[in-house]
Amino acid sequence: MAEITGTTWTVYDANTMTQAEVYGRVLCELGEKDPRIIGLTADLAKSTKIGLFQDRFPERFVNVGIAEQNLFGIAAGLAKSGMRPFVATMAAFASMRALEQVRTDICYQNLDVKIIATHGGVSFGQAGTTHHCTEDLAIMRSLANMTVIVPADGYEAANVVRAVVDWPGPVFIRMGRGFEPLHYKDEEYGFQIGKAVQIADGTDITVICCGVTVFHAAEAARELKASDGLSVRVLNVHTIKPIDVDAITKAVTETRRILVVEEHNVLGGLGSAVADVIAASGKGCAFTKVGIPDCYSEVGYPEDLYAHYKLDTNGIIEKVRELLGREFEADENWEDEV
Amino acid sequence: MPLTEQEIRDLKQRAKSLRLDVIDTTVWAGGAHIGGALSCADILVALYFKYARVNPADPDWADRDRVILSKGHSGVGFAPVLAARGFFDKELLREFNHFKSPFGMHLDSRKVRGVDASTGSLGHGLSIAVGLGLGARLQKKSWRTYCILGDGECNEGSVWEAAMAAHHFVLTNVITIVDRNGLMIDGKTEVVMALEPFADKWRAFGWIVREIDGHDFKQIGDAIEYAQQEKSGPVVIIAHTVKGKGVDFMEGQVKWHYGSMDSALAAKAKHSVEQMYAG
Repeated sequence: MAEITGTTWTVYDANTMTQAEVYGRVLCELGEKDPRIIGLTADLAKSTKIGLFQDRFPERFVNVGIAEQNLFGIAAGLAKSGMRPFVATMAAFASMRALEQVRTDICYQNLDVKIIATHGGVSFGQAGTTHHCTEDLAIMRSLANMTVIVPADGYEAANVVRAVVDWPGPVFIRMGRGFEPLHYKDEEYGFQIGKAVQIADGTDITVICCGVTVFHAAEAARELKASDGLSVRVLNVHTIKPIDVDAITKAVTETRRILVVEEHNVLGGLGSAVADVIAASGKGCAFTKVGIPDCYSEVGYPEDLYAHYKLDTNGIIEKVRELLGREFEADENWEDEV
Repeated sequence: MPLTEQEIRDLKQRAKSLRLDVIDTTVWAGGAHIGGALSCADILVALYFKYARVNPADPDWADRDRVILSKGHSGVGFAPVLAARGFFDKELLREFNHFKSPFGMHLDSRKVRGVDASTGSLGHGLSIAVGLGLGARLQKKSWRTYCILGDGECNEGSVWEAAMAAHHFVLTNVITIVDRNGLMIDGKTEVVMALEPFADKWRAFGWIVREIDGHDFKQIGDAIEYAQQEKSGPVVIIAHTVKGKGVDFMEGQVKWHYGSMDSALAAKAKHSVEQMYAG
């Protein structure tokens, strides 16, 4: 594993490390400063890379074995005792197997438990539906007190882990398996929880994305500019909750066509969160959600699945063209509609 | 140090008073889980008036002992004992279950002073207690966590996940008491889903087991004091109790898992409690 030392943010080399390894390394760095930080997992220290924290702070690490309900109950107790738990397991188990503990023990009591949910979406494609998780964002968004964040890549994961330490209450951080391509070049782009990042400016259409689709949307915008002369705005809405209402409303007003792309069921995730904002804004627009079309996902390598579900660069290009071709009742006097 | 005769007399008085308060609260609430509240009443009294170090003037005191009522439906027993201990005025319980009351049948730790965890869904409390125990140990604190489980609750797999962990981590700062009243909503525990051999199950999970009469303060005191001293592994006290204890027409009756009373029936229930303590 390559490692660069020197300035704070180069404690890891994101080019050669997976997203999960990056957060594991950053968590170690934070653990040096704050003795209350404790890592937990349920027999997935290696898979989720929180084992990096275990190696550094073995006394501040709890492996409960394969028992996710107990994992989150213990995290709640640790938080109540004054510790700051970071819990790592697969998204499917965090959001479904242990849902009631997450909801009742952690969210209901508004405890400072940070959940690192790896293998989200279809990122562990070969493993099949039992290990895919295309429901977690819908589930987690509906839990009061919960903040839901989907970092785009390893650099953003590092930013998120740093930011959540002082962010009150429970946070669900949804990652892939860790082999996703990097979109960012470093951490220095002004990450803030709840603030969408504009990846590209544009006036014809806005592509709203999170997680691995950010990389592909940015690529698609570049290609569409070159091939079709289109001006595509790309918004990385990494925080699903609380969602950036201003950035979305502005995109609706300025581009009037919104395509949401996410590695999740089209019901209940980022697309639905964006739809809520649009509906409440009183503004009409052409709108499409791209994701897993309310079915159990196929088996395959992630890149094949991303292509199948139109979540990769080519898929997004195709969907942008479709949405641009759709009839849309434009109203020159937009302000009347509000 | 074992409880003195005077302490036992005082605790009995407290328990009698708590049982009467539980009856009042059940009436005010329009119905409550009175059977299980009466079965764990003596355990609650022993903890709050003898063993748990708490400070009603400072309910969030960092070094207090924690009490996790995992059988959260006994809130109608828990709230009155907290009131009696001085966490809040008993008169507030007149609002129990009412619109926007801080007191619902399962107590909310963010609304009720003295409640360490919001429980109600069964099978959650022991995991929280294990987390508290680990946290205290890591921070080199001497406070303990007491966890009260229902017996029917031990059908939940999560209880055994936590039991496995408490043994694995050699948690001796968590003391678990099971209110073994033998009944659950649908009937006897052994008919609905057998728990026996119950003590052997705990032993197989690596726990040290003490079985007691859960209405006998001498036995409750001895078992808790034993558990406080034991350093080789976690201790579970299986407290054999009677559901509805103290109210003759409720004792051992599955239908009094949850019930409501008008003032005439409440008077009858109180009379029964008075009789038991007079006898």
